Amino acid sequence: MLNDDKLIIGGHEFQSRFILGSGKYSMKLIESAIRDAGAEIITLAVRRANTKEQENILDYIPEGVTLLPNTSGARNAEEAVRIARLARELGCGNFVKIEIMRDTKYLLPDNQETIKATEILAREGFVVMPYMYPDLNAARDMVNAGAATIMPLASPIGSNKGLATRDFIQILIDEIDLPIIVDAGIGRPSQACEAMEMGAAAIMANTALATAGDLPLMASAFRQAIEAGRKAYLSGLGRVLTRGAAASDPLTGFLRD
Amino acid sequence: MENQFFVDSEFLSPAALEKKHRLETDPSSRTNHMEYMPGMEVIESDICSKVMSQMDNYDYTIYTARDVRAALDHDVCTIEDFKALLSPAAEPFLEEMAQRAQRETGKHFGNTVYLFTPLYIANYCENYCVYCGFNCYNHINRMKLSMEQIEHEMKVIADSGMEEILILTGESRAQSDVQYIGEACRLARKYFRMVGLEIYPVNTDEYRYLHECGADYVTVFQETYDTDKYESLHLLGHKRIWPYRFDAQERALRGGMRGVAFSALLGLSDFRRDALASALHVFYLQRKYPHAEMSLSCPRLRPIINNDKISPMDVGEKQLCQVICAYRIFLPFVGITVSSRESASFRNGIVKIAATKVSAGVSTGIGDHESKYSGKETDGVKGDEQFEIDDGRSLDTMYQDMADEGLQPVLNDYVYV
Repeated sequence: MLNDDKLIIGGHEFQSRFILGSGKYSMKLIESAIRDAGAEIITLAVRRANTKEQENILDYIPEGVTLLPNTSGARNAEEAVRIARLARELGCGNFVKIEIMRDTKYLLPDNQETIKATEILAREGFVVMPYMYPDLNAARDMVNAGAATIMPLASPIGSNKGLATRDFIQILIDEIDLPIIVDAGIGRPSQACEAMEMGAAAIMANTALATAGDLPLMASAFRQAIEAGRKAYLSGLGRVLTRGAAASDPLTGFLRD
Repeated sequence: MENQFFVDSEFLSPAALEKKHRLETDPSSRTNHMEYMPGMEVIESDICSKVMSQMDNYDYTIYTARDVRAALDHDVCTIEDFKALLSPAAEPFLEEMAQRAQRETGKHFGNTVYLFTPLYIANYCENYCVYCGFNCYNHINRMKLSMEQIEHEMKVIADSGMEEILILTGESRAQSDVQYIGEACRLARKYFRMVGLEIYPVNTDEYRYLHECGADYVTVFQETYDTDKYESLHLLGHKRIWPYRFDAQERALRGGMRGVAFSALLGLSDFRRDALASALHVFYLQRKYPHAEMSLSCPRLRPIINNDKISPMDVGEKQLCQVICAYRIFLPFVGITVSSRESASFRNGIVKIAATKVSAGVSTGIGDHESKYSGKETDGVKGDEQFEIDDGRSLDTMYQDMADEGLQPVLNDYVYV
């Protein structure tokens, strides 16, 4: 069953539901993290790629892995659009993750500017993956603007606090027809598993791995947790009893027809 | 024992010596350091009063081990918590503070460490700041690089692999005007991915001009937030005007700069109060300009040419480490720079805890990169250094050393937008 279960983003098919962030750890670990996490998509900050550095991250990305350049550093739609175009010029392909922050402390995304950037970049043929604060109205606007997925945050980026926005992400999963990829704040495999059980299409994580003692081991733990959560979701989770036991004699048993 | 800052040069004329001595000994001969000079822009801002009221009321002797433990237990570090972490009561908790600081650094920066180098393009100065090697009464080789010389220096630095540069001048508007600095920024954008400035404070429209020329980051050290002490150390010149300097970062942001950097020069005055004020300067400005990138430096006093006795006084490495850890815990999102004033061993240690940026291939002199980088003597005239550095590692050595510490050295994390 899982073999036919593909993640489809902008017409591209992926087997893996783990998107790896690359911003916070050593390049030499990236290759093993990709292997052990089974990731097929890896994000790349354009501001980090735009370098003459001896060690360019592109050298460490294996064949067959899709690059997802992000627009970190952009403070409004205009800047995000410029960074996305630069990414395309640098040969990073058509995928772009829009990140627009007007706050350097929490790095919370600006939904309004993100909607604007989504519209422009989708029109230019990008596969647009907007990182956003989980708000249903904003998500709908992003869908209408041409987004390929919606990427709501679970909690503030880097915080490892897990699904602080759980109920609002659930609303997006229930109401939006695009894949919902939970991004930012996932600190442990169990949290990734929970998001997948809820019906998230994929998980993106970076800090959780970067700050782990053994990065490749943590990467494989995430891989297994995401697969477990996906299987649970596909199998249909069992009934959850929130209070007491189920009455064996139904309350409505007296009804005659 | 206090630092002995006053050094007379045999090259000064009798009149100059007399003026120098009068400035040093007779406070009434000095101008009002709180009064703006003609041409200095005054902006409406409440940041200074917020910072200063906190600093004025800070009595670090009242904090106890219990306050420090509570501060370390809190998820979010409040101003009160930060005050406890800066207090002497926190000294026995240095290891705990370092561990907490390391976790915070990891969350926001992972294991990256950014490398940059300063480029001094002129050392003329119109100020008499008694602790500084560039001060106008200090007998040193003065120099201002021409655009050709600047470009040569930049090529040498860029060839070493460096991608971020910080352009510095002595504080002389007459010798190094805004236009000159702007032209240097334009040149720098040809060779570097990121250009920062550390020059005398200027008005908003001048920051805007420099931003258009390619500078995106402005560093201004307040030196000390203790205005009375400041008055007694900055005896002459534009730099003497304390409030104009305080508002420099805010003017820079209003002028369109993307980021600003702050610092007190630890050792000039009470370092705990100065550290408090530096961090609160960042804290309040960040609340007002949430999009701006902010960073803190943590320099300590160093010996200078003609005065090798200047020392950081009571700010030992442990105290410096305490300040840096407290900064990190209070402001987890802020960049922290540790310069080559500190030793290689200190810098190797602190980047694993809290620092996110270190300089490499450093010269604080003028026009001497080729000889310093290649080891061969060059013909050109050179200008003397601002202060003695401690850590003289080249970019290559620093890059390798950082990697050996398990960190990821980063040469560029910037894209001009």
